[in-house]
Amino acid sequence: MLGKLSWAAIPFNEPIPLIVSIIMVLSVVGLLAFVALKGWVPYLWREWITSVDHKRVGVMYCLLALVMLLRGFSDAIMMRSQQALAYNAPGYLPPDHYNQVFSAHGTIMIFFVAMPFVVGLMNFVVPLQLGVRDVAFPTLNSVSFWMTASGMLLINLSLFIGNFARTGWLPYPPLSELAFSPDVGVDYYLWSLQISGIGTLLSGVNLVTTILKVRAPGMSYMRMPVFCWTSLASNLLIVAAFPILTATLAMLILDRYLGFHFFTNDLGGNPMMFVNLIWAWGHPEVYILILPAFGVFSEVISTFSSKPLFGYRSMVAATMAICVLSFMVWLHHFFTMGAGADVNAVFGVATMIIAVPTGVKIFNWLFTMYGGRVRFSVPMLWSLAFMVTFVIGGMTGVLMAVPPADFVLHNSLFLVAHFHNVIIGGVLFGAFAGYTYWFPKAFGFTLDERLGKAAFWCWLIGFYVAFMPLYVLGLMGMTRRMQHYDVAQWHPWLIVAAFGAAIIALGIGFQIAQLAWSIRTRDRRRDLTGDPWDGRSLEWATSSPPPIFNFAVLPDVHGEEAYWHIKERALGDQAMPDEPSYGEIEIPRNTPTGIITAFFATICGFALIWHIWWMVLLGFAGAFATFVLFAWRDNAEFVIGAAEVGRIDRERRAARAIRLPTREQIA
Amino acid sequence: MMTMFSHSRVRLVGPAVLALATSGCAPAILDPVGPVGAAEKTILLNSVGVMLCVVVPVIIATAVIGWWFRASNRRATYNPGFVYSGKLEVLVWAIPLLVILFLGGIAWIGAHDLDPAKPLKSPAKPLEVDVVSLDWKWLFIYPETGVASVNRLVLPVGRPVHFRLTSSSVMNAFFVPRLGSMIYTMNGMETQLNLQADRQGRFLGQSSQFSGDGFAGMRFETDVVSASEFAAWAARTKASGSVLDRATYTTLAKPAGNVAPHTYGAVAPTLFDDILMRAVDGPSVMPTHRDAPIPASTEKR
Repeated sequence: MLGKLSWAAIPFNEPIPLIVSIIMVLSVVGLLAFVALKGWVPYLWREWITSVDHKRVGVMYCLLALVMLLRGFSDAIMMRSQQALAYNAPGYLPPDHYNQVFSAHGTIMIFFVAMPFVVGLMNFVVPLQLGVRDVAFPTLNSVSFWMTASGMLLINLSLFIGNFARTGWLPYPPLSELAFSPDVGVDYYLWSLQISGIGTLLSGVNLVTTILKVRAPGMSYMRMPVFCWTSLASNLLIVAAFPILTATLAMLILDRYLGFHFFTNDLGGNPMMFVNLIWAWGHPEVYILILPAFGVFSEVISTFSSKPLFGYRSMVAATMAICVLSFMVWLHHFFTMGAGADVNAVFGVATMIIAVPTGVKIFNWLFTMYGGRVRFSVPMLWSLAFMVTFVIGGMTGVLMAVPPADFVLHNSLFLVAHFHNVIIGGVLFGAFAGYTYWFPKAFGFTLDERLGKAAFWCWLIGFYVAFMPLYVLGLMGMTRRMQHYDVAQWHPWLIVAAFGAAIIALGIGFQIAQLAWSIRTRDRRRDLTGDPWDGRSLEWATSSPPPIFNFAVLPDVHGEEAYWHIKERALGDQAMPDEPSYGEIEIPRNTPTGIITAFFATICGFALIWHIWWMVLLGFAGAFATFVLFAWRDNAEFVIGAAEVGRIDRERRAARAIRLPTREQIA
Repeated sequence: MMTMFSHSRVRLVGPAVLALATSGCAPAILDPVGPVGAAEKTILLNSVGVMLCVVVPVIIATAVIGWWFRASNRRATYNPGFVYSGKLEVLVWAIPLLVILFLGGIAWIGAHDLDPAKPLKSPAKPLEVDVVSLDWKWLFIYPETGVASVNRLVLPVGRPVHFRLTSSSVMNAFFVPRLGSMIYTMNGMETQLNLQADRQGRFLGQSSQFSGDGFAGMRFETDVVSASEFAAWAARTKASGSVLDRATYTTLAKPAGNVAPHTYGAVAPTLFDDILMRAVDGPSVMPTHRDAPIPASTEKR
């Protein structure tokens, strides 16, 4: 009746997971009860859960990422404290648990923090920057988000029902095969990633279509803000790479569920093929993450230097070069598997070539600041810290692209330090810069600067204190994923690293405080004009938060930096442009399709993990029926009348007209 | 070039000096005891040196440009029209391209010179060692003398060693940091590695590919001894009498962590090839979750 599921799956005899589970369940139940008691459920259902508005979906993606950052960071704290304690000692986490912790940390940070964060920012910003009303497929967008949420739910369920994978964030066979990982851990990994992977792929299709087909009049490719370009590149990579992930995981699923032999030791299986395939997805994946971050930095550095981006065409060329090259380097993840010298050399050199367009970007950001008026607001601080940190991470990356250097650094803590250096210093700093930069656009009030700066400094210092020792440990020969060790020289460095993690924890604390304090004091930090940073692209042309239709009249674009030119003209004339003639606007209706599909997908995934076959059928049938019902719907839009559109837009124009003479204060 | 190199020394050996102060020895990778590790160290430091020539100026420029052009600095010239310069464009593409051209050369030559499968140049005939990674221990077979050793690799100083490696079950990677190159061990597949130790002593060996619950205990000692001591060790081991036949191997291959080093005086002649061809019973199943946790013993061997 319940497949492999029994009371034995609940970790009654393991205090740490049990206590964490209880706390998590209680806080989730408490939160739900609080929301219900406050009477917020109808509001949340109507305005957020069933919303197909790209802005709402984008915000929910970012919220999911921030919540999961706390989960992933808890794992990080456990790892750093375990290794600080485990010199000639067992520490407090037995291998069985420690191995789950680092596997969950990597999986969560990549798939449920970094991915939703950048996808959320792209979702929110791209249609606004393109000057349009929504993404190409609004309902699909909501489905994408809820599929990601479904995967997230499954991975969190593994904490208290059964266990998570103990194989690392990429489950290399044969260790991940049934013979060596017979429990449900790897299945939790596989199904949560399959379900959220569908969401990511759909989201990629959606944004590629949006950028290629849905742009404001006059918004030609070479007039798009660089963030749209990097989003295009990133989503092209999603569309090309995620099917590889899905297929690879599907093959491992067939091995584990139906006795196939794609990657087994026996009967002609080849575990190396998994490694090859997973990195054919995995390397483009890191560029899927970093390219949107590059876009954020381009926007932020240009805005806060009060200058257009230097070398726009070079930036576009560099972005697309990275997009193509990122597919040609995956083998550098396994130089030490015994490929021949020619193969290693070719992939080593190919890897290094990516440093060329990346270097070009760094130089262009420098020249963007050159001759500018640099304002050190929080988004700009993240960007400057990124430039310094990322060149160090890039350098160690190119170093490991030299095969002989990789022969001694591969799988060491040097590698761990390197990819945290680029993912924290690049992707996460970019996400935080974007979060601070676009927060007033999303909610209509700015985040507190002082707490933001405190958080920034803690993160920056904490990062260096936590990860520079890992470089040293890698040079000392320390391998990653050690549950305990007996080399005395490693111990002090691991204590320093743990201290660094504590500083980062302080930074996260400041970020939570910043959000709470800013919400409390929102009335005196309102952004009334919709343009708090003296921005240059179209998202700043509309009010904060934007109306549901984004733009009352689609902007007519005449050059790069579309909004900057509108603003310059208005400032020159000391008058707003003439009032346009307003027409009625069709808006897609909200729909619960996304959450219902995800509900059934979660049931299906859970049932597959525990081999509850009747429930698998139920979940699958439910998800399919939801999709069919949605397809049958014939009343998909509602209309906002011209008078209402005009009323909303006149408010925006009035707020801006007041600010017209005050340009000098802004600059 | 000298200045580049000294840069790299400051950067990389800086932490090393600190480590020296706290612990009394330099990081393993930067203190190699054989030609492979030494060549890799040179490539590592040279590559870092070359890159620092660009990285350090970029970091300084970020700080200087950011600070000088701060909005409150009225002495800085605001020039919002500075958005394109053909000459600078050429320069910004050329600088990283030149660096990569140079590093690409290092990578290409290095990948060929230091290919793990390539025999080392030496007048001496290489010592053959067959390596099997087991759950979670290392088996070293010496086909020339017919002895075998678990979790202790004994090597003669100054003589090249040719390793053939495979795995009894899951993937692992053989790595003695102070000797140089690591290489994966994989079931049903053979990888090759050539190393040489030029200094006597005991060095840390480990698996550098995560392989399950006993992974952290998968350590081995690498004892580099004189040629005569090596011969004596082999003779002593041979005389000890214990035999590694297929049945013993099957027992040895059962999952177990933190196994104390021990030796076998005789080895079934085709054992390594049989393991490679999967013609001998290896482990088929690991202990399941919670059934048989591997004790996180940290006993000193």
